[in-house]
Amino acid sequence: MEFNVTLLGQAITFAILVWFTMKFVWPPLTNMMEERAKRIADGLAAAERGKQDLEAAEKRVADELRQAKQKATELVIAAEKRASQIVEEAKDVARTEGAKLVADAKAQIDQEVLRAKEALREQVAGLAVAGAEKILRKEIDAAKHADLLASIKAEF
Amino acid sequence: MASNATEYIQHHLTFWNSSHEGGFWSLHVDTFSISLLLGFLFVGIFAKVARNAKLENPGRLQLFVESIVEMVDTQVKEIFHAKSKVIAPLALTIFCWVFLMNAMDMLPVDLLPWIAGNVGAALGHDPHHVYFRVVPSADVNATFAMSLSVMLCIIGFSISAKGLGGWIKELFTAPFHAESLPMIIILAPVNFAFQLVELAAKPISLALRLFGNMYSGELIFILIALLPWGVQWALGAPWAIFHILVITLQAFVFMMLTIVYLSLAVEHH
Repeated sequence: MEFNVTLLGQAITFAILVWFTMKFVWPPLTNMMEERAKRIADGLAAAERGKQDLEAAEKRVADELRQAKQKATELVIAAEKRASQIVEEAKDVARTEGAKLVADAKAQIDQEVLRAKEALREQVAGLAVAGAEKILRKEIDAAKHADLLASIKAEF
Repeated sequence: MASNATEYIQHHLTFWNSSHEGGFWSLHVDTFSISLLLGFLFVGIFAKVARNAKLENPGRLQLFVESIVEMVDTQVKEIFHAKSKVIAPLALTIFCWVFLMNAMDMLPVDLLPWIAGNVGAALGHDPHHVYFRVVPSADVNATFAMSLSVMLCIIGFSISAKGLGGWIKELFTAPFHAESLPMIIILAPVNFAFQLVELAAKPISLALRLFGNMYSGELIFILIALLPWGVQWALGAPWAIFHILVITLQAFVFMMLTIVYLSLAVEHH
């Protein structure tokens, strides 16, 4: 136990060490560690936020998917309705068209019949006149009885 | 062997004094130089790590330094609630410096004295008169230098927290409080005596605790070194392993008590 100037020297060394630590060791190290702690906390918060965002997005996707499905179903139903409507309309058109065609055909047939009757009548009249001519050749002078003959022809 | 042993122990317990006569103005060169070297080692490593500290992917050395800083920071934050820029670096310096000084005890007890003796002999001195004590913290000068500095810090912290008047007032009015003036006057010298004892007890207990532990540890290593070489390990190894605990614990205790004393200093009674 001998005290001497060593004590003073040690105290000065100690003071210098403390000063140096206070100036150049402690602040940079603790600042850096705080910075790191902050960065880790930020990272964790960001991860948490990302997780929540993902959940929200998934929910939105499911919502939109459901909406789209609903829309598609509606569209299909509307299309089916429209298709049956179109078929119905086409059937109507076809029906009227058919009726028209049938009516036209009937008119044509009537005309043909009329024409055939006319032709027939003329032929019958001709034949009758020819027959009558043959019978009456001798008695009837064609020239004399021309008016008569013509009236008979017209009567047929 | 007996006189030889006494001589050996005495040789090991003598400081390398700058003057043969001793006296106040002589210096323990061994204590001073080794502790200075260890102090520079500490601030050198820590400052280098602090300068190159990386936020990401810290190296092993940085992680080691960070774990010490973290430990000190935790202790300071737990005990010391006022704001201070000094106390944490002070605690870190105490812990590391005391640990390194104590750790000199782990070197083989004859190694550095033997080297010093040979160097002294080479320089033309009698190796028997070359003294070298390796463990600075087994020197009361080193331990009291720290503990008295801590005491100055205690006074400084007190004054800065309470003001000079508040501190002086507290010297005379605590721990015994009185309401009436005559009682205050009667109690003032008692309080003052208590405060002086308290103020003196802190550095003395700090310094003597560390000194006693390290001195006894060193002494036992010296005694073990006196045993026949074949059985030295049987005692040396357990003592060295136990001493690892003592070294760390004494450094930690010195640091903790410093923090506690300083936190008491800024508290109002």
